[in-house]
Order: sequence, then C-alpha cells, then structure tokens
Amino acid sequence: MQSSKISTWIWWTFFLIALLIVVVVFSLAVGAVDLPLRKAFFLLTKGRGTPEYAILFEVRLPRILLGLAVGGGLAISGVILQGMFRNPLVEPYTLGISGGAALGVCLNMVAGGPNVLGPLATPVSGFLGAAGIVFLVYAFSAGRGAIRISRLLLTGVMVSFMASSLIMLVMAVTKTEDLHGIIFWIMGSLEEPNPFLIIIVLVISLGGMILSFVYAVDLNALSLGEEDAFHLGVRVDRVKKALFITASLITGCCVAVTGIIGFVGLVVPHLMRLLVGADHRILLVASYISGAAFLILCDTVARVAIAPMELPVGVITGIVGGAVFIYALSRKGYSF
Amino acid sequence: MVRVEDFSCGYGKDIVLKDISFEVKAGQFIGLIGPNGSGKSTMIRAISGFLPPQKGVILLNGRAVSRKRHRKLATKLAVVTQSHEMTSPFSVEEFVLLGRVPHWSKLQLLETKQDVEIAEKAMELTGISHLRGRAMEKLSGGERQLARLARALAQKPGLLLLDEPTAHLDIGHQVQIMHLLKKLNKEAITIVAVLHDLNLASLYCERLVLLNKGRLRCAGRPEEVLTEEIINEVYDTSIIVKEDFYISRPLVFPVC
Repeated sequence: MQSSKISTWIWWTFFLIALLIVVVVFSLAVGAVDLPLRKAFFLLTKGRGTPEYAILFEVRLPRILLGLAVGGGLAISGVILQGMFRNPLVEPYTLGISGGAALGVCLNMVAGGPNVLGPLATPVSGFLGAAGIVFLVYAFSAGRGAIRISRLLLTGVMVSFMASSLIMLVMAVTKTEDLHGIIFWIMGSLEEPNPFLIIIVLVISLGGMILSFVYAVDLNALSLGEEDAFHLGVRVDRVKKALFITASLITGCCVAVTGIIGFVGLVVPHLMRLLVGADHRILLVASYISGAAFLILCDTVARVAIAPMELPVGVITGIVGGAVFIYALSRKGYSF
Repeated sequence: MVRVEDFSCGYGKDIVLKDISFEVKAGQFIGLIGPNGSGKSTMIRAISGFLPPQKGVILLNGRAVSRKRHRKLATKLAVVTQSHEMTSPFSVEEFVLLGRVPHWSKLQLLETKQDVEIAEKAMELTGISHLRGRAMEKLSGGERQLARLARALAQKPGLLLLDEPTAHLDIGHQVQIMHLLKKLNKEAITIVAVLHDLNLASLYCERLVLLNKGRLRCAGRPEEVLTEEIINEVYDTSIIVKEDFYISRPLVFPVC
C-alpha cells in the first residue's frame, strides 16, 4: 500500500516532466521562423553567431524559462491558497495582488516613470503595487496576531474592486499613448527583454516551491480545518503567515514581470487534484510542473496563432483553461 | 492526569468559563454534561490548549497545557472535535495517517512503515479497515465519526477528548462508539467526552461533570449528579429519574 503510493507519485512526476520536456521542445521548434528539431540540435553544438541561434537562445529560450517560472509559480500559489483557505475559488489574484500590481503600473506610466527609471520601471512599480496591497489586506485582516481567513478573503476581494475602479479612474484621465501601454501590460505577456529579471523570477518561483514543499504536510493537516490542524500539532498561525507571504511574494514577482496572466493559478491546481489526489506532497510538485507546461504551451499558441503578430497569452490561458476546466467538472463527480 | 484549577477563559472579552476547578485522574472516563451554551465545547478547547487561559491554569501531568510544546502536546492528547460538514479531500487511510504527523520529526515528509501499521491498527479497532480506500466525503455520518476517532487513536494519546462523539448518529452507531470508548478506556486511555444524552453519559461514564452557564454546577458519580432536583434546576425542565435495571445507574425520563 505504502510503497505503491510512493511509486504512483514518482510515476506521475516522471510523466509530467516528460510532458514538460515535450512542450519545451515543441515551443523551441515552432514560431514565425520554422526551425526543425534536427537543425536545432545542430545549432546547439556549432551554430553560434547565426541568426537561427539567436532566435533559439535569445528569443525563444528566455520566454520558455519565464513561462516555466511564472506558470509553475502561479500554480503552486493557487495550491497553497486553496489549501489554506479551503475554498476552491481562491486563486493568487483573489487577494488583490493583481489589482495592486496593475494600479502600480498604471500610476507609474501616467507619472512618466519609464522615462526616469528605464525598462525596470514597470516591473518595479508592479511589484511595489502588489506588495502595498498585500500589506494592506494583511493589516486589515490580521486581528491580534492571527490571520482570520474569511476576513482575509473578503478584504482581498474588496480591495481588488477598489483597485480596478482606481485603474479606470486613472485610465479615464490618461493620454492615449500611455493607455495603450497600460492595456498591453494588463493583458499579460511573457515577452521580457531583461535576462536579469527572468533569473530573479526563476529563483523566487523555484525557491517558493521548495519552501512550500516543506509545509506540504502542514497543508494537508490544514485542509481538515484549523482547529483539527492545531490538534495535530501544527502551529497554525505561524504556518498560515509563512504560506501567505510565500504565495504573495511569488505572485507579486510573476505579475510584476509578466502582467496579469489569469486562470493558471485556478485551473491547474484543480486539474491536478483530479489527477493525482489532494495530498499536497504530490499536488505541489505536479502543479508546478504542469503549470509550467501549460503556460509554455499557451504562450507558444499565442506566438504562432496569428504569426508574425502575437496574441496576449492571458487570452489563451483564459479560453483554454476555462474550457478544459468546465469539461473536467462535467465529466467526473468532482467535489473540492 | 488533568487538573483544572480556578480556570477562566473565553473568546476575546466574552468570558465563557468562570472559576472552574476539577480533576481527571488517569484511567477515568469522564462525561462532560450541561445545557446548550454552558461551555462544554469551550472546556474541551481549553483542556486541549486551543484556548489560552485568562485566569487559572490547566495542568496535564503537572505541566500547564498552554505552555507545552505544540507538537509534543499532540502526542499526549488527541481531540475529536464536533464534526461540522467539514469535507476533507482525502481517502480514509490518508485521513487516519494524518494522526501520525505529530510524531514526525521536523522536516519529515513521508510516513514510516511503523506509522502505516499504527494507522492500520486504529482502523481495525474502529472497524473501518474495509473503507480505507473510500473518499472521506462519501462516508455516512457514523462512518465518518469512526474515521475521526481512528485518526485520534493513530496519535497514540494518553488522553482522548471528544466533543459530542454521538451527535446526529443513530442508536446503533451511538452504542458502537460508546462501547468502543469504554474498551479504549479499559486499555488505559483516559477519556473526557462531551455528551448531550444524559442516559448514555450515565450508563458509560464513571464520573460526570455538570456545567451550567459557564460555571461548574457539580461533579461526581452519575447518581450524585443526575438527581431530579439538580437536572430540573439546571435544564429548567421537569424530568424524573429512575434506576437502570442492570447496573443501577440513574436514567432520566421526561414527564409527559
């Protein structure tokens, strides 16, 4: 019984990694310029300096790495928050993180931040906006040291509404050129010319994965309810704080760099729960890998669907994710 | 084993329990009774360390519960809380295995063979081995309660606290659970159970603690606590007490 459970977990992990590799290779090969795989391998060894090499390793690979970091990061943030709140509708953006980031970016563009700080202005302002909102939500719902979960959720939703109203307000008084930039950012994209930012997001998302994995058993206990978790020796308040901060940090960084990419954090955890079960020890790993694969795949579709033009990746994740999710819901008697 | 000394506690400014003192000796089976809102569940939460004291102290084996190391405490006492419609996404076996978590070392992520064996025993004892692969939410109320009990037993506690273990169950499951508790009690687990059914409490417990409006009304053997005078006063009703035919425990009947 025991060893069979662990071997099932290992099989799932291998299967999903294989899937991820297939998606990555596919994503490397297709695009506005077609690069057959054989050629890609050839380029890898002795193609330095050719334009194809540049396309492969300076255009496509960074996008794939960013997709891995953001897709995986958003997916495990979703797992953490759904597990913590015991609420199937929570996702990384429910807590107002996206609203805050969008507001930050909006204000930055209107205030002319890009002229002062250069290309880093957008991610920095996005992160500051996200961090500010998370701090506000946290401060409002932390009563005497303990986070009250239902209050946190409600505060998050309300703050999101306020943020989006403020964004509308800002947009209503903005010049048309800035408006385009704001809308484009809100739609989300994995296009990021700065390799330094990609590395930061990758480090934070993988670090967050490891950190949350340490709390996997505590998350299992928490899904029984806070009081029962307490009676199983979980330090509920401390664990909740650590997990909340981890999820916020991951999401904040992802949103700051890529803009708002919806649905990954909501759909992927649900699908994985359906496939591998609710045990967070496998759920976190499976969600990270498949979240990464899902986002990379969606981004590839966004790149090639109307090439050489590009669709916003958030549109693809929304449509594909939503459709798959509804299909899965209607097929099985799935309850969270 | 447990000493409650001049204890008061509550939720924020709302003080629920006032100046309560009683003692639970090792090996006893105590029934905690009282009208709705008298503070029975709060008493369980206080003994388990979930609610901090506002005055007084609760000692478990001579040390204050509120000061004990968290995980350590969960290896000494287990709690079966009142089951709301809490759905948990696990199978019965996964659910019972969670009871082993307090015994794990800090960074342990996988259960050992021994953990699996202990969980197995707990499921056998509660008679739910055949349900191990079933999802928790597909169980009936009685089965679910047995699974919760199995999880508590997997903690290998010396003290078992239960909050209305027989609520919403049919008479068959009620008797099954009370029998099981009695058996566990004989195997040296001290038990404190909140019970609403005065007759079950009288038949199975050796001592009763009666709470009323957050204060201790009286404590003692069932025949000392379940008298017409006390029950009629505390519950504000009119009942009569008759002696049970087999083991001479008092039984409570409504007058109609």
